[in-house]
Amino acid sequence: MMHSIILAIATRYLSPLIFLFSLIFLFRGHNSPGGGFIGGLLAAGGFVLYSTAFCVTSAKKKLIIDPRTLIGIGLLISFISAFLSLFSGKQFMTDIWWEVTLPLLGKWSVGTPFFFDIGVYFVVAGVTLTIIFSLSEE
Amino acid sequence: MGLLIAVLICFFVAILAPFIYRLGRQYTGWIIAILPFILFGLFINHIKLISSGEVIAVTYKWIPSLGINLSFYLDGLSLLFALLITGVGGLVIIYAGRYLAGHIFIGRFYLYILLFMGAMLGLVLSDNLFTIVIFWELTSISSYLLIGFNNEREEARTAALRALLVTGIGGLSLLAGMILLGLTENGYKLSILINSGDLIRNHPYYLAILILILIGAFTKSAQVPFHFWLPGAMEAPAPVSTYLHSATMVKAGIYLLARVSPLLGGTEIWFYTLTIVGMITMIIGVVLALQQHDLKRILAYSTVSVLGILTMLLGVGTELAIQAAMVFLLGHAMYKGALFLVAGIIDHETGTRDIRKLGGLWKLMPMVGIAGITAAVSKSGLPPTFGFVGKELFYESVIAVTWVTPLLTVAALFTNMLMFATAWISGIHPFIWKTGGIPKKPHKTPFGMWIGPLILAIMGMICGIVPGFIDQSIFSSAVSAVTGSHVSVHLALWHGFNPALALSAITVAGGFCIYYWWYKIQRVVCRLNIVYKFMPDNLYKLSLNGLLQVAKVQTAIIQSGYQRYYLLTIFSVTAILVSFMLFKLGGIHGSIGLHTMKFYEVALGLFMLGAAAIAVLSSTRLAAVAALGVVGYSMSLIYILYGAPDLAVTQTLVETLTVILFVLVVYHLPRFSKLSSSASRIRDACVSLACGGVMTALVLKAGNIQFHQPISEYFTKNSALLGHGKNIVNVILVDFRGFDTMGEITVLSVVGIGVYALLKLKIKPE
Repeated sequence: MMHSIILAIATRYLSPLIFLFSLIFLFRGHNSPGGGFIGGLLAAGGFVLYSTAFCVTSAKKKLIIDPRTLIGIGLLISFISAFLSLFSGKQFMTDIWWEVTLPLLGKWSVGTPFFFDIGVYFVVAGVTLTIIFSLSEE
Repeated sequence: MGLLIAVLICFFVAILAPFIYRLGRQYTGWIIAILPFILFGLFINHIKLISSGEVIAVTYKWIPSLGINLSFYLDGLSLLFALLITGVGGLVIIYAGRYLAGHIFIGRFYLYILLFMGAMLGLVLSDNLFTIVIFWELTSISSYLLIGFNNEREEARTAALRALLVTGIGGLSLLAGMILLGLTENGYKLSILINSGDLIRNHPYYLAILILILIGAFTKSAQVPFHFWLPGAMEAPAPVSTYLHSATMVKAGIYLLARVSPLLGGTEIWFYTLTIVGMITMIIGVVLALQQHDLKRILAYSTVSVLGILTMLLGVGTELAIQAAMVFLLGHAMYKGALFLVAGIIDHETGTRDIRKLGGLWKLMPMVGIAGITAAVSKSGLPPTFGFVGKELFYESVIAVTWVTPLLTVAALFTNMLMFATAWISGIHPFIWKTGGIPKKPHKTPFGMWIGPLILAIMGMICGIVPGFIDQSIFSSAVSAVTGSHVSVHLALWHGFNPALALSAITVAGGFCIYYWWYKIQRVVCRLNIVYKFMPDNLYKLSLNGLLQVAKVQTAIIQSGYQRYYLLTIFSVTAILVSFMLFKLGGIHGSIGLHTMKFYEVALGLFMLGAAAIAVLSSTRLAAVAALGVVGYSMSLIYILYGAPDLAVTQTLVETLTVILFVLVVYHLPRFSKLSSSASRIRDACVSLACGGVMTALVLKAGNIQFHQPISEYFTKNSALLGHGKNIVNVILVDFRGFDTMGEITVLSVVGIGVYALLKLKIKPE
């Protein structure tokens, strides 16, 4: 594709930042603007930028996992999180929350909706990347 | 509890069956047969309780808001059927293990047959109108799989489809009947509905309910004119024919008739419909049976005939007739089951089912011979078998119907005589006389194959010699369930010198003559009945072909295959429907409110308008895509102005990726050129302008109209409280409306995989 030194250098620094930013979006999503959907899109955007600056093959290498596998992983996480409530005798998809104390971050409440959101993140990123990667490979 | 588990465990083991086969190999039949035998034992264990007049009823909530619950109910009638289903089922599975040994799909066979058994058990134990329909349909579907088991044969596939369509139409009719029955507002529980039989019979819906339910029962039980699917279903392997077409599935229709008999029965229309349809079916069935050379087809048509007899007896509806029906039903299940299995063995060992080639097999397979001959004796109604007891009761109940006695008696006599002949042809003929040249020499029949038919045949004999041990225990409660009042049944082999015995004597004499001169009679009969044989079957073929033709024409009109036409249709229909609704709600309201606008809002609006115009007018695709991107990014600016950072971020990201996608797709497209005529361009412009105009009007209207209390207040209040989150949008997405999101991500995944598959699919141009 394009061979621009400026873009290549910039991408080298930008794409990890974008990826990191997508994680921040994901994690803070329940209380401030963000969430799995936006996070997933952002993460996909980072890798698309990488593939534009270099090539699809190297972007795939950076991703390590095949984007199609990401779709499956995401769906699995979401479905498992939805089924968890059945084991504690509640209705399907009822949310369950735990209070955890983390070093540095302090008290956090973690719940099944959060895991569900992680699943959404993976699915969105996986689908976007699957489509864009296979289009640019053509 | 037990009843639900009994049904569910069949489905559960069904799923495991192919894996059990991997472990058990040739012993799988024996292993899997343990399940039906355990269930059989458990049902036997209930005989004492049920015969004392008790019933077992359990209900589990399933969809209580619709009145659909898993209600199970065990009374005498259900028990009789449950015993048949599990008992015959076990024997058939053992038999199949040998019969299908080495078949490539045998693991699958166990799955199907257990699925069928579970559905059948569920059907006879169900108490809820809708679960009855569900299990009814499950039997149709599993029988489709079983009939088409040898799916590499076209005949098998056609026969399976035919059976599915005919019984499927019946199932729909049954569903409609059950819904109407539910609309009479007497509840959905059959056991309770039965108490309000008078109410239902005088209800304006009664006739409709009756017709719809009868169509369901008649299709399933192969009554004329729906009888043609049953002989076709003989394409199935022998164990399937045995299980489905003698003991269980075809009896499901009879079960249903018996079940609703206290509810819908007793009226004139019930009496006439059932008696006449039953009578025609029993005569046509047995006449057609006499025309066949194929062992299995003879048995199939004589089964049609027996189903006619049962329907007729249920139509007559006297206590005696119901008794006769129940006894005949059990007797038939035993002897016909045995005969089908024997026919399967003969086919398996000699390589032919043509009765003209068979004979003298007695010496080659003695155990099979005992089973076949005993069963045939029972079928021909000779003492001391259970078939004889049934036939005597049949005659007695027909004679007792006063004013139509002559007609029914003659019909019964005629049917029984021919039945006698078919019994001898199918069960005794192959074993005596000399062989007519069979294709291959049979070797020793394995134990697993002859034990099943032998048990069934011997049981038929024992029940005939000492009917006392089952009459009080099983039949009293079964007959009581059908008549709706307590009945005490006493069965005996010897009924004294009475008209029934005289009729029996005539039957035997006449039947034997017909058997003796069979070849000659067959030639005459074949010429006579060509009309009956082809009419319903041809009608079925014609309507099926007609349906396919209509579908083809309709598809050619609606499905042009061009995306532009699909889009045109979608957009114009949307515009028309929405504008219709808008004017119905009082036209367009709302003002744009220019005077309150800030200057930067106006600027942004103009900017978007300009970009949209460029997108429409530009002569290259890339410029159009870029202009569209400008519209999208401006949109996200508007979100920021109105304080929706979430939406703004989403819009920006989506827009970015959309532009990239567009660019990647545009890259593959040919150069932009004008191929369409100006007329079609004007048309498209009109449609898009109309669509845009309607959308604008809709947005203006939406701000001024309120159908319901907005739900946003609830979300605002409870987001942090119940959802543990302050970002309402996210809490809605992953918690309040999480189920929607789940559906969406599933769809998204499918889309992603679909796009991938399409892109990677390399179709070579022809």
